[in-house]
Parts: sequence; structure tokens; C-alpha cells
Amino acid sequence: MRIGVVTFPGSLDDVDAARAVRLAGGEVVPLWHADAELPAVDAVVLPGGFSYGDYLRAGAIAARQPLMRAVVDRARAGMPVLGICNGFQVLCEAGLLPGALTRNSHLHFRNRDQALLVERADTAWTSSYAQGQTIVVPVKNGEGRYVGSDADLDRLEGDGRVVVRYAGGNPNGSSRDIAGVTSADGRVVGLMPHPEHAVEELTGPSVDGLGFFTSVLQGALSA
Amino acid sequence: MLESNPARVCRGGSGPRYPHRVPRVVVDVVLKPEISDPQGQAVLGALGRLGHAGVTGVRQGKHFVLDVEGTPDEAELREIAETLLANPVIEDVELHLSGS
Repeated sequence: MRIGVVTFPGSLDDVDAARAVRLAGGEVVPLWHADAELPAVDAVVLPGGFSYGDYLRAGAIAARQPLMRAVVDRARAGMPVLGICNGFQVLCEAGLLPGALTRNSHLHFRNRDQALLVERADTAWTSSYAQGQTIVVPVKNGEGRYVGSDADLDRLEGDGRVVVRYAGGNPNGSSRDIAGVTSADGRVVGLMPHPEHAVEELTGPSVDGLGFFTSVLQGALSA
Repeated sequence: MLESNPARVCRGGSGPRYPHRVPRVVVDVVLKPEISDPQGQAVLGALGRLGHAGVTGVRQGKHFVLDVEGTPDEAELREIAETLLANPVIEDVELHLSGS
């Protein structure tokens, strides 16, 4: 399975994301944000970092780059897309996921190992987990506070589109402890924490993050 | 998510003025009232510590000054403001077409 990993100017975690894909058994296709064409890939990962220096709004300029227009079109046709941290911000700015991410309520950059409750184990990116499972992966952001109106958050929860929720403390003031959400079809997932940093015992707090990447590979095999 | 309000358009003297030759358009972007603004609250806290007890609220936003060729096209400017300069999910936007 070929998984594209997009590099934007200011991406930081594209190499880690690519490594996670390889450890899970996937073939990595490096992608550059300015390319107009999306090559033949089965899924795309948008990595963390500070694309365009977070100018204007985090993810705003990246979401409007040529390659992202192609990613949006393919995602609307069912291609799985995972957005991690800045990638989640890009997906919200691109309109593929609802809501928005803004300045942490305490105004501090927060960097720690974070427990997450998996609430959806049936998306393209979380099928390797069990519903109700708790995993631990790093979180690191300054603009990770997920927001929306109460009515919209009610609808989001009613539709079961919260994929992961912060457990054991909310690192950024996100509404209702929401750490990650999915598209209506379960193919596009975005989350602020970093599963790609928890794929090896040597460097991560766990290997809990690998499941995001094995999920999409297993999905392709069983499809 | 949130209702998207159309950009408010102000004409004439209501917008900030700059000495200039080409037409300029000013776009102000602020977080919607229901979205909490921790940066504005931090500024408010600093004002309190400086003794400015009379200021009871601060909302921090963004201010864009656009130089425009020819006569500004209001519909195009509105699109620019609503699709790039502001995120309508969390922000309100106000256009100031102050003329040249």
C-alpha cells in the first residue's frame, strides 16, 4: 500500500510520519505541497509542524496549496487522509473536518505524554484499536484547542464523530476534551496528539501510535 | 460548524484612514463572541496590573490593509475576507471600503 506523506514549508514531523508508515508495513510516497498533481497513492498523511510559520492561522495557507486541492478532491471520493497536529489544523481549514483549532486556553505550548480514550475503532485510521481502549502518545501544541458552538459540538457528538478524547487531563482547553474527529464517512481523521511519535520503545512513551498506521493498511487488505 | 456571518461592509469615514495613492481596503478580523479569547484576556490582566481598572474587556484580532488596483470589487474583496483572511467557523470579519 502506497501512503503519501506531504511536506509543507515548515513541516517538522514528516520524517517521523514516514517512518511510522514504514514500520507499519506501508510504502511511503513523499509529496511536496506545491505539486499540482497527486500521484497514485492509497492514502495521505498530513504531518505536524508549523506550515508557513502558522502565519494568518495555523494550517490556513497550507490548506490552500495546489496539492491540498487534489487531496480534498480525492478525500471526498473516499481516499483515507490522516492529519496529525498541524495536519489536523490543515484539514479543518480545508473544510474536510468540522470545527477549528485555536490558541490554547492557558496560552502555553504544552508538550507531554497524553492518555487518549479511543471512542471510534471503526474509522479507516483506528480499526486496529478497541473501542474504549486508552492509549498514550505525545501531545505538543500551542494552538490545539478544538472549538465549535455548543449546537455544532452536540451534533458532532450525536453523530459519533469524536474519534479520540483526552483522558487524565485536557492539555489545551479543547471543548469537551475532544482530541480528534472524523469525517462522516470515517475516512478522514484529524487529531492533535502525535501517534507517529509513539511507534518504537526506544523513542516513544509507548508503541500505541502504530495502530493508526496499521489500521489503514489492514483496511486496504480487507477491502 | 458555527453560522457563517457575511462580512460587514463599512463605507466612508468609519474605517481607519491611511495616507495613500492607490485604493486601500481594510479588513478587521475578530474571534466570534462565543469563542473565548485567552490572548485578549491576558492583555486585560496586564491592564489591570498596570492600574487601568476602567477597561473591562479586551478582544484581540487581526487588521489587514490591502492595496487594490483600480476600483475595488466589493464582491471579490468579500470573498477574499471570508475565504482566506478569516475562518468563518470562529471569526467575524469587517470590510472597510474607505475609498481613495
